Amino acid sequence: MAEPVLSIRDLSVEIPTRHGIVKPVDGVSYDIRAGEILGVVGESGAGKSMAGNAVIGLLSPPAHIASGEIWLNGKRIDQLRGEAMRRLRGKEIGMVFQDPLTSLNPLLRIGDQLVETMRTHLKISEKEAEKRAVAALEEVGIPGAASRVNSYPHEFSGGMRQRVVIALALCAEPSLVIADEPTTALDVSVQAQIIALLKRLCRERGTAVMLITHDMGVIAEATDRVAVMYAGRLAELGAVEQVLTRPQHPYTHGLMASTPLASEGKARLHQIPGAMPRLDAVPDGCAFNPRCPRATEVCRTPPPPRVKDGMAACWHPLVEDVEEKVS
Amino acid sequence: MLAFIIRRVGQSLLVLLIVGLVAFSMFNFVGDPIDNMLGQERTAEDIARLREQLGLDRSFFVQYFRFLQEALQGNFGVSYRQGRPVTDILLERAPATLELAAVSGVLAILFGIALGVFTAIRRDGIWAHAIMSASLIGVSLPTFLIGILLIYVFSVELGWLPSFGRGDVVTVGGWKTGFLTESGLKALILPSITLGLYQMTLIMRLVRSEMLEVLRQDYIRFARARGLRDRAVNFRHALKNTMVPVITVIGLQLGAIIAFAIITETVFQWPGVGLLFINAIQFVDIPVMAAYLMLISVMFVGINLAVDILYFFIDPRLRADRTGGH
Amino acid sequence: MTDIPVAPPPKSRLRLALESDVFYTFRRSPVAVISALVVLVLLVSAIFAPWIASTNPFDPASLNLMNGFTPPLEPNAFTGDSFLLGTDDQGRDVFSTILYGMRISLFVGVAAVAFAMVLGITLGLISGYVGGWVETIIMRVADVQLTFPSILVAMLIFGIAKGITPVEYRDQMAIWVLILAIGLSDWVQFARVVRGATLVEKNKEYVQAARLIGRKPGAIMLRHILPNVLSPVLVIATISLALAIIAEATLSFLGVGAPPTQPSLGTLIRIGQGFLFSGEWWILFFPACTLLALALSVNLLGDWLRDALNPRLR
Repeated sequence: MAEPVLSIRDLSVEIPTRHGIVKPVDGVSYDIRAGEILGVVGESGAGKSMAGNAVIGLLSPPAHIASGEIWLNGKRIDQLRGEAMRRLRGKEIGMVFQDPLTSLNPLLRIGDQLVETMRTHLKISEKEAEKRAVAALEEVGIPGAASRVNSYPHEFSGGMRQRVVIALALCAEPSLVIADEPTTALDVSVQAQIIALLKRLCRERGTAVMLITHDMGVIAEATDRVAVMYAGRLAELGAVEQVLTRPQHPYTHGLMASTPLASEGKARLHQIPGAMPRLDAVPDGCAFNPRCPRATEVCRTPPPPRVKDGMAACWHPLVEDVEEKVS
Repeated sequence: MLAFIIRRVGQSLLVLLIVGLVAFSMFNFVGDPIDNMLGQERTAEDIARLREQLGLDRSFFVQYFRFLQEALQGNFGVSYRQGRPVTDILLERAPATLELAAVSGVLAILFGIALGVFTAIRRDGIWAHAIMSASLIGVSLPTFLIGILLIYVFSVELGWLPSFGRGDVVTVGGWKTGFLTESGLKALILPSITLGLYQMTLIMRLVRSEMLEVLRQDYIRFARARGLRDRAVNFRHALKNTMVPVITVIGLQLGAIIAFAIITETVFQWPGVGLLFINAIQFVDIPVMAAYLMLISVMFVGINLAVDILYFFIDPRLRADRTGGH
Repeated sequence: MTDIPVAPPPKSRLRLALESDVFYTFRRSPVAVISALVVLVLLVSAIFAPWIASTNPFDPASLNLMNGFTPPLEPNAFTGDSFLLGTDDQGRDVFSTILYGMRISLFVGVAAVAFAMVLGITLGLISGYVGGWVETIIMRVADVQLTFPSILVAMLIFGIAKGITPVEYRDQMAIWVLILAIGLSDWVQFARVVRGATLVEKNKEYVQAARLIGRKPGAIMLRHILPNVLSPVLVIATISLALAIIAEATLSFLGVGAPPTQPSLGTLIRIGQGFLFSGEWWILFFPACTLLALALSVNLLGDWLRDALNPRLR
């Protein structure tokens, strides 16, 4: 098996607060291989974005990586600081933000923003960069790219702007792209187009993608594997068909049952009782235990088993009695 | 764009008309102009002749119109105190004030922006904290005390710089400049620091708060996520966006510098229009007061107009909104 | 002995004030406490100046020209008298002139702000509540006035008012003209904030209800709308006070404010500047320090108050 592009091992992010340390990311491990799209799902506050920010080195202080390792193409990058990390951003790791309306500098032409990014990372002339900027815009499907390079961001629609953002994220040919809720702020009608575009470009180039979302439709549409996060921890990790159709963790199960797509045909959508705990009050043992229908004594004290690929962090996974439940 | 500029010019003219009305009312209702102009020894004949000459027997609007006509031709009457045409006196003194204001303005803008950016980027540094605390004292310190303090240190104690006047001036094409002589430049130092310091503090505090706001924006995070160098992020991306709201205030501050020059000119006995204005108030020299008011209004309105037009070249969103006619 | 729980007695206003959030943040902020103390000390000594000052510096009978130019804490060469902060050219005790000068500075500052506040609130309420052309005129005037620095507006008003007053009354009227000039130059801020808040409050249900039950507009504005805008008004008033004190000092320093017969701190500094080169530094230094302490502490207090009440002012 090929070396993964990104490998996260036991990553923890801590934020010191007045009431003690909170851990928005707690002991998370996963790999992403070249050309693979890993979906990271979870409710808001589950630590999905925080993990992405940790990888690209953009945690805003006082948040910091407390323990664990991040390996990119066989190099350890979690200890890189300042200039060394900056060289990596954009060049090795691209990032797509949630809201295309606010992620482009309103005062600079998009061509200039592309040229500037490429010339920061690649040794090319101004002319060559301009040529490549047009090509990059063509690639993301912007009509009339040759003249549109001279436009300002406000002259584009939301969907078009997100295409520009994707062009910017990919223009230095990074091996990993972190897409943080790339479709959440867009109209439903253009969401599918953007996802399809992202998927096509990454497949063509063999780019690894970390696709952070809370939208199960996007997960089903685009991803190869899925990591489910709950209260900063990894609940389940596995191939997309397996997680969507045969979830093992009771939380994943609840999440699927509460999603219109996965529970087609049911009269009423399922609800998980209660709410995700606040990060300063995560319960002992399995973080999900107070809301879990299958919780027993063992769930309340020791931490649940570590997630391996295709497995859930659960003492009582749903795998063996799926049949029994259906009957 | 043209429609926008025309509208702004129209508004500016309206402001000038209102100010003109105030100035005109001063002429007519503050004290009796006849009294002021003729003094104690006068005959009824003199009074009648002067009334007719000044058009005081006409209606209010006719008089106002005449005032505006005269003002447009640069005629503001004769100074009660000096007995010379006000326009001549103002023109003679304008270079001193304009040179002082220009130097102070440049100082205030350069240092204000530089320090504002510095304190925003190094927000938690010791120097940034020190500068911010000092600036709070700077805001509370009346301009004239700064001037006196500088005079005390650099003129009285150290004896390095002159404490009053402009030094030697050279006349270039009817413009008396102090820029070309050593004593003229030396004389500029203390007054221009005095005048510029307060504006610099204001600009610095504004630039800092706007820049901190901009640095929190998504496009700055995205710029960092693309691995752009700090210099490019801070100066190309953040500073440009910071300047959009700051420019209006800088424009207003430039106007304020000309007005605050009154104080500095008094402290340093600087022979400009501000000192002239203060003396005019002390002696109730109405024509000089009215002319100064009109002069300064034209400058203010002109600066505001220039700032509005400048926005078109900085903010593409504005250009599109106004020209495209959405 | 019974176990019936007794309702706690209603808390006094003082108690409520002491337990409020604002007071809590006040105690936690050393800058605010020190500023408040300085303001309090200066205010009290200004009010009780006639009892604290050793002499009345404006009573010619108590002056001895021989005492002129006595340095601080040194006995005078001729008379042997000694003065805490020295004396000026006419033998007036600098400490006493500062106390009396501060009285005038504070009086002008407070009265000007009160005047600006009443004017601004009234015009703001009217323009917000009535709307239409009344609002247009008021806010247009405000806009035009705001284009010019308020010190310039104050000078102009001072000059015009001086022109209107007959020569023989000019010195007597100077203080009142000063209050009028500074007050008129400073009302816009109040009017803007009050108008904005009025526009918001006007459409709320309780105001609509008050209108429906036939309350008069004046009563609605005073009883219902005004209390809602008090905290931003308080913040503006405090900051305006610092600005008004500086404005007064500036005008008096320029010689277009308090006359030498009724000197404020600014007038004292104007007088003292004349002795800067001859070495009598104390005539200038002490009034300047007093003015600085006053302006800085009121300013800091205003800054703190803005943060504490956080009425979304910028």
